[in-house]
Amino acid sequence: MSIDNATHAYGVAEETAGGRVGRHWPEEHGLRAWVTTVDHKRIGRRYLVTAAVFFALAGLDATALRTQLITPNGELLTPEAYNQLFTLHGTAMIFLFATPMSFGFGNFLLPLMLGTRDMAFPRLNAFTYWVFTFAGVILFASLLFGRAPNGGWFAYVPLTGPKYQPGINMDVYSLGLLFLGVSTTSGSINFIATALKLRAPGMTLNRVPIFVWALVVTAFLLIFALPPLNTANAMLFLDRRFGTRFFQPEAGGDVVLWQHLFWLFGHPDVYIIVLPALGIVSAIIPVFSRRPIMAYPLLVLAMVAVGIISFGVWVHHMFAVGLPQLSLTFFSAASMIVTVPSGIQMFAWLGTMLTGRVVLGVPMLWAMGFLVVFVTGGVTGVMFGIVPFDQQVTDSYFVVAHFHYVLFGGAVFPLIGGVFYWWPKMTGRLTGVRGGRWSFWLVFAGFNLTFFPMHISGLLGMPRRVYTYPGGLDWDLWNLLSSLGAYLLLAGLLVTLGTFAHSLWKGGQAPPDPWGGETLEWATASPPHPYNFPVIPTVHSVHPLWDQGSLDSFAEGARSRDRVLAEGHELLVTSELDAEPEVALEMPEHTPVPFVTAVSLFLAVLGLLLGVYVLAVAAGVVAVLVIGRWLWPRWSRREAGHAPGEKARETAEQDAAAEREAEKKTEKAGEKGAGA
Amino acid sequence: MTATGEWVPIRPVGPAPPHGKPPSGRTPAWWGMVLFITTEATIFACLLGSYFYIRFSTAGPWPPGGIKDPELSKPLIMTVLLLSSSGPMVWADLAVRRGRTAQLRAGLASTLALGAAFLGLQATEYATKLGEFVWSTNVYGSLFYVITGFHGLHVIVGLVMLVFATIAALAGKLGSRHHERVRLVAFYWHFVDAVWITILFTIYLSPHL
Ligand code: HEM
Ligand SMILES: [Cu+2]
Repeated sequence: MSIDNATHAYGVAEETAGGRVGRHWPEEHGLRAWVTTVDHKRIGRRYLVTAAVFFALAGLDATALRTQLITPNGELLTPEAYNQLFTLHGTAMIFLFATPMSFGFGNFLLPLMLGTRDMAFPRLNAFTYWVFTFAGVILFASLLFGRAPNGGWFAYVPLTGPKYQPGINMDVYSLGLLFLGVSTTSGSINFIATALKLRAPGMTLNRVPIFVWALVVTAFLLIFALPPLNTANAMLFLDRRFGTRFFQPEAGGDVVLWQHLFWLFGHPDVYIIVLPALGIVSAIIPVFSRRPIMAYPLLVLAMVAVGIISFGVWVHHMFAVGLPQLSLTFFSAASMIVTVPSGIQMFAWLGTMLTGRVVLGVPMLWAMGFLVVFVTGGVTGVMFGIVPFDQQVTDSYFVVAHFHYVLFGGAVFPLIGGVFYWWPKMTGRLTGVRGGRWSFWLVFAGFNLTFFPMHISGLLGMPRRVYTYPGGLDWDLWNLLSSLGAYLLLAGLLVTLGTFAHSLWKGGQAPPDPWGGETLEWATASPPHPYNFPVIPTVHSVHPLWDQGSLDSFAEGARSRDRVLAEGHELLVTSELDAEPEVALEMPEHTPVPFVTAVSLFLAVLGLLLGVYVLAVAAGVVAVLVIGRWLWPRWSRREAGHAPGEKARETAEQDAAAEREAEKKTEKAGEKGAGA
Repeated sequence: MTATGEWVPIRPVGPAPPHGKPPSGRTPAWWGMVLFITTEATIFACLLGSYFYIRFSTAGPWPPGGIKDPELSKPLIMTVLLLSSSGPMVWADLAVRRGRTAQLRAGLASTLALGAAFLGLQATEYATKLGEFVWSTNVYGSLFYVITGFHGLHVIVGLVMLVFATIAALAGKLGSRHHERVRLVAFYWHFVDAVWITILFTIYLSPHL
């Protein structure tokens, strides 16, 4: 028997096993289902939409900033409003857009790419989403009350301490980020456990898609990088609200401690933001170069290496603080090392493109746009690694230019490219090519026009975070260009949005595999059924949909009870390194418990924030009780029904009949395939 | 909180191994708990790191502001209590996997009692310390109360988990086929014990060095 492509593989599996499996994975509808669902695909899509909304809000913030700065002595915003807007812009872009957007991709794609049916902890996954959303609501809602964080996105003390910032604004920051940290930590744990235990049989570590590797490395970075941030924020909150003295020199505290803790998180965070995006690029480039990725093992090692090195370079954010010279030299040298693994990745992508046949689809345009912009940001980054240069331009617009090249180029371009790439899988619709091209070129032009001039105004001495500036300093032209660029960028993003809206409204029906993809997600329906795979495939290479053995396994597996798993809401657990099948597990189904837990934590955080401590304690107790309910041991359905009731017997008979049917069908499908 | 989902193996898959026992690797919940403990341990590392950072950048005596070196006798008794509580926990874990429910209940109850005794002693220690300094006295006060308090909070969380496991055991929900929750609670409890050793060294012993 021979199956020639992903669509065919999916078709055979669906025909032979879809009905049997689908009985245990019902489609859910209605408001109740919307709140209680634990389906990773719905949660993933929701993550993406919510993060995109936060991106839009933070982007509008930035548009206000640029409008204020379009001419000298602008009068649109008061200094206090400007402070809140740039702080909220930075904080939201980093914490509420970039990482959650990657998590959205991760949620949607991880089980699909691994060839399984859900995340390892489906209920925790729903919880993660709700907490993220509520944390975002806290941060953005504070702006409506004129109480948004206002001490810059890295919130340096003593400026943000109780003495100089008495309002509630910085409490919103510290508590909001602590609350969000609960979500991000849970999500990371979920990703790692899923990638370790739920891979399709045969997907040994050297056959794991690069995107999955990228996400797993990111999750590990978060496991180790969030604690310093959380520690710092907890200390800040205690200092501000309850009178501890961590950051108060007059009582022996130390303000530089904040900087160390913050950047111990902050530098790895650059890679936390960029790595998933690099994973997306590594998924797009081989498919649009029509060849497997070059130097797969090196690429994976480079990602791991970058992750590890990123914990050893945080002091390069503190070159102007006045630390001992020797430590500056050390951290400067360490920072330079990052260029090696980054170079490896760059060459692997370029090599793949040069030795393949490049197809300039819309996702590929975004991936290539990323290469150009990200390299530019990397070059200025290396310049910052040199201590004297850094000390010259620190806190100037040159820095703003640099990190937008890295973050916008390194994250936004790939993320938008990823949305174009996986859109057919997520929605079942195709996007227009003309709209996609326009959106790319407008955003690319708008981006460069906004941020390139900032290099120059920075070198001319314009400091960042100023709400206005006097005329006649040679900054006027560059600011005018920047602001016009921001409008062009906004227009480009609107065209992007319009392209997607148009696709939803009028786009053509997407086939399972519109791009000729290499990873398993393309061998499912578009959009996938709740069970993703009617038959769990067996993986024989790093690009399973391009190799015969893996394709054939979709038909062969249909005859095996252990690959169809049609006896319940089940999935397959495999071993960590070799992905050898271990056990079939019954998974939790939809439940309101994660939502209720998240709501009670939300109320507890609000209570703390507003000083209503009774509410905080009460809501906390409720949360504990609900979590107890969540984790209460339950017998699985099969164990509960010791004597198989009438219903169970019926199901069993149906299953047996379906299995016989399936065998006939696979044989037929095989004949068809062989004949073709 | 970690998610211990319904991690009840339905049935082994694949060919039966030669030695007859079905293969059963680590479950996702096992990894969930290990990763959760890893990130928690990192938080403690950050707190203790902050302690040493401030200590070594402080000129003059440590503890500052005329605060005496911490007393050792009570913390040492607390250490003995907490460390010995890991014993019955191991015993309970062994018991549940063999289906010995009475032994399981006894093990959980003894762990609970020892943990509660630790907290009780910590409360009396705070009562004397609070007379000498509070957490707003100076940065040493902040470090002392926040670090030991954060650990105490972990003991409380561990006790809540133990109560949860005890109730489940009394309700007959734990047994030889359903034993993973006990193992996960045990991991957490051993972690809370181990962290205490680092705190004992940092807060109580190191000022005497
Ligand atoms: C949508 C287009 C964007 C525009 C027009 C824009 C514009 C700006 C401007 C003008 C500032 C400087 C404010 C000042 O220093 O006075 C700024 C700061 C910042 N931006 Fe953006 N930005 C955009 C997207 C992004 C993205 C995608 C990210 C990250 C993923 C980001 C992260 C930041 C951060 C971290 C700051 C620093 C905030 C601070 O100083 O505390 N921005 N942005
Ligand atoms: Cu850095």
